[in-house]
Amino acid sequence: MSPLPLGQVWVYLAASPLLHLFATLIAFVIASRINRWAGGTPLLHPVILSIALLIAFLLLTHTDYPTYFAGAQFLHFLLGPATVALAIPLFDQRERVRRLLWPVCAGTLAGVATAVVSAVGISLVLGADHATVLSLAPKSVTSPIAMGIAEKIGGIPSLTAGLVLLTGVIGCIIGPWVLRLGRITDPAIRGFSMGLAAHGFGTAYCFSTYGAIAGAFSGLAMGLSGLVTAFVLPPLVQLFGL
Amino acid sequence: MSLIIGMSILLGCQFLGEVLSLALSLPIPGPVIGMLILLVGLVIRGSVPPSLRSMGEGLLKYLTLLFVPAGVGLIEHVGLIRQEFWILLITLVLSAAVTLWVTSQVMQRLAQRSGTAQEEDA
Repeated sequence: MSPLPLGQVWVYLAASPLLHLFATLIAFVIASRINRWAGGTPLLHPVILSIALLIAFLLLTHTDYPTYFAGAQFLHFLLGPATVALAIPLFDQRERVRRLLWPVCAGTLAGVATAVVSAVGISLVLGADHATVLSLAPKSVTSPIAMGIAEKIGGIPSLTAGLVLLTGVIGCIIGPWVLRLGRITDPAIRGFSMGLAAHGFGTAYCFSTYGAIAGAFSGLAMGLSGLVTAFVLPPLVQLFGL
Repeated sequence: MSLIIGMSILLGCQFLGEVLSLALSLPIPGPVIGMLILLVGLVIRGSVPPSLRSMGEGLLKYLTLLFVPAGVGLIEHVGLIRQEFWILLITLVLSAAVTLWVTSQVMQRLAQRSGTAQEEDA
């Protein structure tokens, strides 16, 4: 085999969506294996490991993000129908939701207010850049919603997407610890708090660790906090002139 | 065939959601409105069609994988992250801890109160 055709093969592959879609799946499989070897610790969350592997891969092959995304967008697209599908666990738990209606509403408002105020407040105190503060404001909300909000209020949508992911991972690491410290044993409340603070990561964590009830409430929290933040944050930012 | 029907229901709801979001220029993303539409539909129907359940639960099982492409986008902000790394990390950790604490405590207090009220009703 002469080197020239191989180079051409690479040029062809690197330009087609196939390579980066494949790379994303392989990275996720490897990351999940490593995570299992490490005893499932959220410190080595499969998503963070996959992202690190893929960023290393892109840097090594001198590929820019738009080229990568041309392939990976097929997975990214599925976030839409997956968000819609959250209606299913919610429907399954409708009786329980009805019984906890008042705590759910109060928890949503208190949680959203805390998430936004603490993110903006702490980053302002620490002297973050203006655009960084605005990118941090919607970080507890699931990424498709958070990116839309960041764009509306003058943050950087792609930075927000990354901060949302980090929030999710951090929530999975410290969440169980905070819940234990607060003596929260009700799976519904555990799930709801995780979904509110750590959106889809919290939801995925709850489904796998705390069971279906916690997962459904986590999905509910993710949807509700997204709705409330989307409605409340843009006018608030205008009001305070951030 | 059942997966196709399930996916069609999900995409149909998302599509309706996107149309509503654009037409009424709502600040809420289309998929979230789609989720509400599907929820209303399920409540009216009274049960989840098996085709929708297998497709939907399959997607939710791999939810975290779907976040990877957006996350790789961090590669575009390496400079900014390096510059403000500690600010970002401290903010994210503290904010997540406080949010979890406040949400869980508020719900715990209220759930206990409404729980005892319900027992009194019964």
